[in-house]
Amino acid sequence: MANPKNTETPLSVQDFTAGLWKENPVFVMMLGLCPVLAVTNTVENSLGMGIATLFVLVCSNALVSALRHLIPKPVRITTYIVIIATFVTLVDYIIQAISLDLYNKLGAFIQLIVVNCLILGRAEAYASRNGFGKSVISATGMGLGFTLALVMLGAVRELLGAGQLLGYQVFSSNFEPWVVMILPPGGFIVLGCWLLLINYIEQRKTGKLLDEESASQCSVPQNQVSS
Amino acid sequence: MSETPPAPSLPSSSSLIITLAIVAMLSGLLVVLVYEFTTPIIAENQRQATERAIFNVLPQAKTRLTFLVKDDVLTQVTDDQHGELLFAGYDQNGKLIGLALPAAAQGYQDTVRLLYAYNPFNGCITGYDVLKSTETPGFGTQITTDAEFLANFNCLDAKVNDDATGLMNVIKTVRNGTKQDAWQIDAISGSTITSNAVGRMLNQSGQKYHPLIARHLNLLNNASPLE
Repeated sequence: MANPKNTETPLSVQDFTAGLWKENPVFVMMLGLCPVLAVTNTVENSLGMGIATLFVLVCSNALVSALRHLIPKPVRITTYIVIIATFVTLVDYIIQAISLDLYNKLGAFIQLIVVNCLILGRAEAYASRNGFGKSVISATGMGLGFTLALVMLGAVRELLGAGQLLGYQVFSSNFEPWVVMILPPGGFIVLGCWLLLINYIEQRKTGKLLDEESASQCSVPQNQVSS
Repeated sequence: MSETPPAPSLPSSSSLIITLAIVAMLSGLLVVLVYEFTTPIIAENQRQATERAIFNVLPQAKTRLTFLVKDDVLTQVTDDQHGELLFAGYDQNGKLIGLALPAAAQGYQDTVRLLYAYNPFNGCITGYDVLKSTETPGFGTQITTDAEFLANFNCLDAKVNDDATGLMNVIKTVRNGTKQDAWQIDAISGSTITSNAVGRMLNQSGQKYHPLIARHLNLLNNASPLE
């Protein structure tokens, strides 16, 4: 039987918040970009795909974590894929039961959640090495971070590409929609812009911290010299 | 020379097979449970979507009856039947006012499915409702919003030929602004693929169902709800 290396640390708020921003699966880890680019042409589609992925991520990580001591190492990836595929099939049925409209809009991308590397990556790198509670909390944070990123992309694309937000007209009829934004190239453009903005903010933050550090370091030797 | 570490012992094949079998059984059980739970809800959703579409395309209809196409014969059936179904709409006096017929063709992204209204007395297609479409928002989705395109269906000529073997004229989508005949569809500029798909599917469906309807007009006129 597998004996995963026990690297468990106590449960903390960071387990949840890391996935939301600091280790955001889309903006930082660049995982699962296929649905990110494909279905984010409206907020509704983004939200639907985000919630479906969140469900699969949380459930599969919970099961992988619960069974982690029972899954032999040589068949662990196969087992994870079976578990993930199971929950994707469930999501497929559940979305059809909730809204046929949404199911038709998301198309094949629901089934393709199976191959979203974010889910398999978290199962292998986190859930198989951590306890049930930590895995569920971390997966929830990651899933919400993924949904947040999808909605951020979807909002910009829908707003600029159709002049609407959640189907409601935002701009007046004088606004000429940038149709490219709801086409596949728009996904790349908007993702690139978000990455640029987020990295700029992060660099400014890091630069400020470095400035503060160097300022405090500079002030110490002066005191020492004077003394 | 340092000693090479001993190779880790692999678990036996039987334990691998047993683990995979247990996970597969668990997966199967979950899928079956959710399938059993969601199937009636999904069927009801589909029934409601079809019902909505029928009365959308035949707004004057008060009641409707279902007919099954099998081996080029039209038979009245109950709603729970599966297969190629056509729907006839009747006014409050039980008079046939039109039929709602299915049509499908490959669009830009995926298959587009419609339910369209056909009046067998004047041979006109008078409108449609989109049952399934994953076309690009702002482009392909214009087939439901573009007033000029929808004007094609005030009375699109879909008359049956004299020997009731097909349509008198092939329904065809033409370049925007070049429509000359009543059986032509003026395409949406910038959404040619979806416009062409609409023309293609209406022609295919018309060639198949309209002659059949012409041959079974008595049955349709005199039908009453099944016990």
